[in-house]
Amino acid sequence: MDKKTNSLSSFISRFRVLIQAVATIVTNLHLPNFFKGEIHQGRTKMVCVPGLNCYSCPGAAGSCPIGAFQAVVGSSGFNFSYYISGILILFGVLLGRFICGFLCPFGWFQELLYKIPTKKLSTKRFEALRYLKYIILLVMVVALPVLVTNSLGMGDPWFCKYLCPQGILEGAIPLALVSDGIRSALGALFTWKAFLLGLVVLLSVVFYRSFCKWLCPLGAFYALFNKISLLEMNVNKGRCISCGKCVRACKMDVDVTKHPNHAECIRCGMCIKACPTDAVRFNYGFGKRRKSI
Amino acid sequence: MSAWIKRVVQIVLLLSGVAFILYGLIRGEAGVVLSKATKICLECVGIG
Repeated sequence: MDKKTNSLSSFISRFRVLIQAVATIVTNLHLPNFFKGEIHQGRTKMVCVPGLNCYSCPGAAGSCPIGAFQAVVGSSGFNFSYYISGILILFGVLLGRFICGFLCPFGWFQELLYKIPTKKLSTKRFEALRYLKYIILLVMVVALPVLVTNSLGMGDPWFCKYLCPQGILEGAIPLALVSDGIRSALGALFTWKAFLLGLVVLLSVVFYRSFCKWLCPLGAFYALFNKISLLEMNVNKGRCISCGKCVRACKMDVDVTKHPNHAECIRCGMCIKACPTDAVRFNYGFGKRRKSI
Repeated sequence: MSAWIKRVVQIVLLLSGVAFILYGLIRGEAGVVLSKATKICLECVGIG
């Protein structure tokens, strides 16, 4: 059996929690705003962060790509956002769902909840629910804000308004805690979304990343790029001893030996950590020039 | 997918991404994003 080596892939996988924490802080750099009850208003908000992070979070340094897309297509001037689509395409090609595994604050939040010691349930028998996130992307993010408009030609951000729990977690709760005005204005919509957040929290305690697997439109978009992303998983067949440890370690229900670039793989590196022979690694680069790291 | 096709697709998508961003900037989409993101999103926090 080959000995385990200290590859960059192994290093990145081992320090994933640290990378997730740093990514969450960098995404929400304006920490004093949490005490002031206001949001950052600088020009960095013109640029999107890679993960699901509400731009109404007091600390948010940039914009949520899903919220920003709906803001543009729901405005009276545009029916499609080339700007946000371009940013998402770049993120997708450069990193794919590595963003979900390492850079998304809401993904990290769910992982922390999953660490609560309770009985854990498998999501394998709910595989059909994976497709729900693609429907949410198409219907609530792309179609409805354009098709259902008011007399001024403006559409609602349907996903942000009716489904996204991140707006409550990062926006409503911290703002309402310090602002009487916000607190007194919260109504039925807040109650509905707070219920959804509670549901996602409960599901996340027993199911690994249930929101990412079934509901997240941003994850759905990046999933489309996993097969052609510059960052991919690679299983060295010469080193693999078919012990199955990687498959058992994967909480996204992916068999990395058969489908290394499966749409559900969030590149979390659990298979890399589990492999006793260092057969599983990240690859990065173009076509044949890609390198195992 | 062969490595050659994959490489072509990657390059085409990267170039498309950059072209989309530039075209969106010219159309003024970044201004719409900035204007929305610098105000508290009422729908997001459950007020709208």
